[in-house]
Amino acid sequence: MDKAKKEHQLTVSVSPHIKSEETTSRIMWSVNAALLPATVMGAYFFGPRAVFILAIAIIAAVLSEYIFQKSLNRKISVNDGSAFLTGLLLGMNLPPSVPFYIPIVGSFAAIVITKQLFGGLGFNVFNPALIGRAFLLISFPKLMTIWKEPTAAFIQFDAKTTATPLGILKEEGVAKLMEMFGDNITLYTQLFTGHRAGSIGETSSIALLIGAAFLLYRGYISWHIPVSFLGTAALMAWIFGTKGALFTGDPIVHLLSGGMLLGAFFMATDYVTCPSVRKGQILFGIGCGFLTMLIRLKGGYPEGVMFAILIMNCFSPIIDRGFRTKVFGAKKEIKESKK
Amino acid sequence: MEEPSMPLATFKGGIHPPDKKELSKGRAISNTKPPKRVVIPLAQHIGAPCKLSVIVGQEVKKGEVIGTPEGFVSAPVHSSISGKVIAIGEFPNAMGRMVMSVVIENDGKEEWTSLKDNPDYMKLPPEELRAKVKDAGIVGMGGAAFPAHVKLSPPKEKAVDVVILNGAECEPYLTADYRLMIERPQDVVEGLKVLMKILGVNKGFIGIENNKPDAVEAMKKAASGESNIQVCPLEVKYPQGAEKMLIKAAVDREVPARGLPMDVGVVVHNIGTATAIYEAARYGKPLIERVVTVTGEGIKEPKNLMVKIGTLVSDLIEECGGFKSEAAKVVSGGPMMGFALYSLDVPVTKGTSGILVLPEEGVVHAEDFGPCIRCGRCIDICPMGLMPSMLSVLSEKGFYEETKEYNLFDCFECGSCTYVCPSKRPIVQLVRLAKSLVKP
Repeated sequence: MDKAKKEHQLTVSVSPHIKSEETTSRIMWSVNAALLPATVMGAYFFGPRAVFILAIAIIAAVLSEYIFQKSLNRKISVNDGSAFLTGLLLGMNLPPSVPFYIPIVGSFAAIVITKQLFGGLGFNVFNPALIGRAFLLISFPKLMTIWKEPTAAFIQFDAKTTATPLGILKEEGVAKLMEMFGDNITLYTQLFTGHRAGSIGETSSIALLIGAAFLLYRGYISWHIPVSFLGTAALMAWIFGTKGALFTGDPIVHLLSGGMLLGAFFMATDYVTCPSVRKGQILFGIGCGFLTMLIRLKGGYPEGVMFAILIMNCFSPIIDRGFRTKVFGAKKEIKESKK
Repeated sequence: MEEPSMPLATFKGGIHPPDKKELSKGRAISNTKPPKRVVIPLAQHIGAPCKLSVIVGQEVKKGEVIGTPEGFVSAPVHSSISGKVIAIGEFPNAMGRMVMSVVIENDGKEEWTSLKDNPDYMKLPPEELRAKVKDAGIVGMGGAAFPAHVKLSPPKEKAVDVVILNGAECEPYLTADYRLMIERPQDVVEGLKVLMKILGVNKGFIGIENNKPDAVEAMKKAASGESNIQVCPLEVKYPQGAEKMLIKAAVDREVPARGLPMDVGVVVHNIGTATAIYEAARYGKPLIERVVTVTGEGIKEPKNLMVKIGTLVSDLIEECGGFKSEAAKVVSGGPMMGFALYSLDVPVTKGTSGILVLPEEGVVHAEDFGPCIRCGRCIDICPMGLMPSMLSVLSEKGFYEETKEYNLFDCFECGSCTYVCPSKRPIVQLVRLAKSLVKP
């Protein structure tokens, strides 16, 4: 190789000169992949309508991001998978029976209002998909609370309208829930597989746990938020779960119903909107668990995961400040100066 | 991840980049062809540059002083070949700065000033040994190039009781210290003994990353007769060889923030430095050559070379068969903390541990970075316990003063954060920018 020619082509940059293979888009697409089992189960239980809603949500999210960035002459970043993920998560958080414009409105609120108007990926304060859902729940309270009974895959089209386990728990108590499902074991099994009314992607606990295990294994999420979130919720469910009696509640029902697992593993762990210091994440998770159960047990809504995470999102920056990491050798420095 | 049966000594944080040492680890240290000319900078160390002590046209011998130190934190510079001074002027160094340098043309005679073997060097008083280290112009050869004798002259209030030799060589690709430990373990131990004698210290440690089990074995064997020297296998993790991390791992002492190893009674020297110190103590040999690993996916024949200080990088590239077609970036030092060269006509100096030729695919271009997604990876791995994400965001947005609240000046720029960042943010670059714009 000609030396003189080569020299003109030498790349000069600041160290380090090697970088890991991890990229933002690889992480985002991996999270999308981790949601696949739950998506498949949602499609299985709620039929083609669910697939349709998910597709609309994703397309609307990606298009919103593309059009927004294009019209403001910004770098188009739809390939990084984050808009796709927001659309998917929003869709999974919707009842399967909503009309087609619901996911469009929700994705617009999520991507344009919550994410892009705050500066795009990395700068949003709130979880976009959850703001999208909150926006819909407040704007279309009726449509957002019509729940369909799960059906056996793509066969039955006119599923009956019913209430979610949490709705029944709230309105009629745990006895009614047992009556509907038969016994404890059947109830837990149905909740575990996802054969229950609810949002498209939240019902199948097993599918969500498989995806979560993948994310934990790959190190894309850490245990801190899910464990503190679910642990706190379980503790509160056990202590305060039964009206009028302490320490007799059923934590399993609470953990496996509503959006608890989807929220704890896939929404509360959103990098941008949760604290980035691990110790702070534990506090964040405890806050999420506490607020979720507070809303479920005392609030006006049967489900509290969404508002709990959104409220805790506000605290993320201040938690990060409060839990600032300790500099190597800092202890010694303090001692030294005291002398 | 595989866990070793016994937990190895280490520190909190750190990363595991592919070590790539297999490219050159099997190559025994070989001599280069005698260079036709050398360009020897008068400032190769941290501290005051040397005062020129030769003139153009003067004949010099190998080992002759061509620059005398100015001030305490400085080190003399010697001619690495015998020949004639043909030019004196400002030439670029590896960092891209212009530095006063002496150009010497080789006469091929290899004439030494004077080298005397003194087998009884260990009987010399510490003062005399320290003077020999100083006169030999020895500086930290791991890269920082801090004058060695300064570290060997602790102020009275700092009681030093431990000397640690740094054989971690945690930078990927580099194998210079590894080869020294394999080929000259006895010299390394002798160097450590000289260091211990100068400092009046009773405890010596040799810290070696455990991906070099043969080096651990070789050093253990060489030190087997020395009851006060302990070989310490360390977990393979970057930056295990950073002074503070090495001290934490080897003797479990935490150097205070912004402090020096001396503050916890420790002096650390690199393996190459130890062999140079041995040669200075025994033969009075000045530091005029060093082992340089020339490696990387972009070079035809990776080698470990004994290189005369002042040899041009272009000569080393030629010595190793030249570039492969995919060569895209040439780095002086390791891939994590080395300097990218813009020209190959820069000299090897006392601190040059390696010349690394990286292929196009490994080169990340600066304009490709994205926003911080606050994933926290950099916070998890920062060996100094900093929050690099915050530093990078604040610096990027121009909040330079605010970076100090996040301990800007505790960062020693190991590059771990930049390595793990999924958004490929140039965190080290942003940190350096902030450092250059605010006062500590």
